[in-house]
Amino acid sequence: MKTPLPIAIIDYGMGNLRSAQKAFEHLGASARIVSQPSELAHAQALVLPGVGAFGAAMRSLRKSGLAEILVEAVQSGKPFLGICLGLQLLFETSDESSEETGLGLLKGKVIGFRSQPQFSLPVPHMGWNRLRFRPDCPLMRGLAPSDYVYFVHSYYPHVEDESLICAEADYGGWFPCAVHRENLFATQFHPEKSGETGLRLLKNWLDLIE
Amino acid sequence: MLAKRIIPCLDIRNGRVVKGVQFENLRDAGDPVELAAYYNQEGADELVFLDITASHERRQTTAELAARVAEQVFIPFTVGGGIRSIAEMRAILKAGADKISLNTPAVQNPELITQAAETFGSQCVVVAIDARSVDDRWEVYTHGGRQATGLDALEWAQKAARLGAGEILLTSMDRDGAQTGYDLALTKTITESVDIPVIASGGAGGPEHLCELFEQTHASAALIASIVHDGNYRIADLKQALKARQIETRG
Repeated sequence: MKTPLPIAIIDYGMGNLRSAQKAFEHLGASARIVSQPSELAHAQALVLPGVGAFGAAMRSLRKSGLAEILVEAVQSGKPFLGICLGLQLLFETSDESSEETGLGLLKGKVIGFRSQPQFSLPVPHMGWNRLRFRPDCPLMRGLAPSDYVYFVHSYYPHVEDESLICAEADYGGWFPCAVHRENLFATQFHPEKSGETGLRLLKNWLDLIE
Repeated sequence: MLAKRIIPCLDIRNGRVVKGVQFENLRDAGDPVELAAYYNQEGADELVFLDITASHERRQTTAELAARVAEQVFIPFTVGGGIRSIAEMRAILKAGADKISLNTPAVQNPELITQAAETFGSQCVVVAIDARSVDDRWEVYTHGGRQATGLDALEWAQKAARLGAGEILLTSMDRDGAQTGYDLALTKTITESVDIPVIASGGAGGPEHLCELFEQTHASAALIASIVHDGNYRIADLKQALKARQIETRG
């Protein structure tokens, strides 16, 4: 029997990749941290994690050639999971960076809590929050509305096609925090840091890509 | 809405958990990774590891600790204690930590906060402030509470936020280890003056102290140590008490 290809966790110099890798390994999957565009072809699925600044992240993805290969891979149907900054980078632009555009896989822009008067609470939005999610979203299978997930971010996406939004969270106002389109999933929160609830969500994703 | 967080703090020396009362009189209390896994199961929302190993004895140990924790614990954790360079921060974050806590080095070189925030993002940067009441204000202490700085805690907190801190870990030295409740006046003053989350620390002796902290101040989180390390309360007891008072907590 052929061993399934590993999951590639894309390293572009932004933040904590090891937690995502360990979470997948904890669930019995094989996950490798990769930084070369050529390595993406040898992966069963792609994970784009990351925390940090949008502009720096896009510069790094473009410079290494990962951006182009990543867009091609997602468009060709390779399973993809974006986490936190990895969700924001999918969109066209971000308030956080005037120079760099995003990957443009999803229509919409990323906006800052601070620029929106309804979000008068401390920024970053940091901590455990609940989700209002679509019960038919396969990523959310088995989750209860009372479950909490962990967030750390100062920006959130404005998603042009609202039908792609599969979860929202309330931080003085509701904002989209998970999106799904065909082979593409992304969460603004950190499933790899969300205890049992997060592991369940990652397991759901692993089941989908098998 | 966002749940109020309960965060056990583990003091680490030479890779082992110790516990401070008024920053002195330490005693050994076990393996940090085992304890981290235990508190994760107990319902801790985050963990803080404070490495108090003298810096000349420490090399890779802090990063190794972070790596071992990250293998077993899937909740956020912060590592602090004597970290003073971007390279050290990178090693610890790369090992799996989510945030770095800066105390003395941030006071000595405030620019470090900005450098860290620009390199890793503000969400990775916690500025820890040890404050002691002096007349009608609070003064910042460094070096594990041994050295007065003359800095005003309120002004320093505001400056830290301005420089790029993503969170403040605010310890009342007057209350630390006393178990007589958080310093509500201090916490209220700071939380009303900065727009980043504040973790209150020092003084927790029972569930009532957490309830009054969250009812009377804008603290986002409560740091706890002795009350759970000593086995007097379990995290579930504390959360139950908060829930009974309609304070939102996870689990």
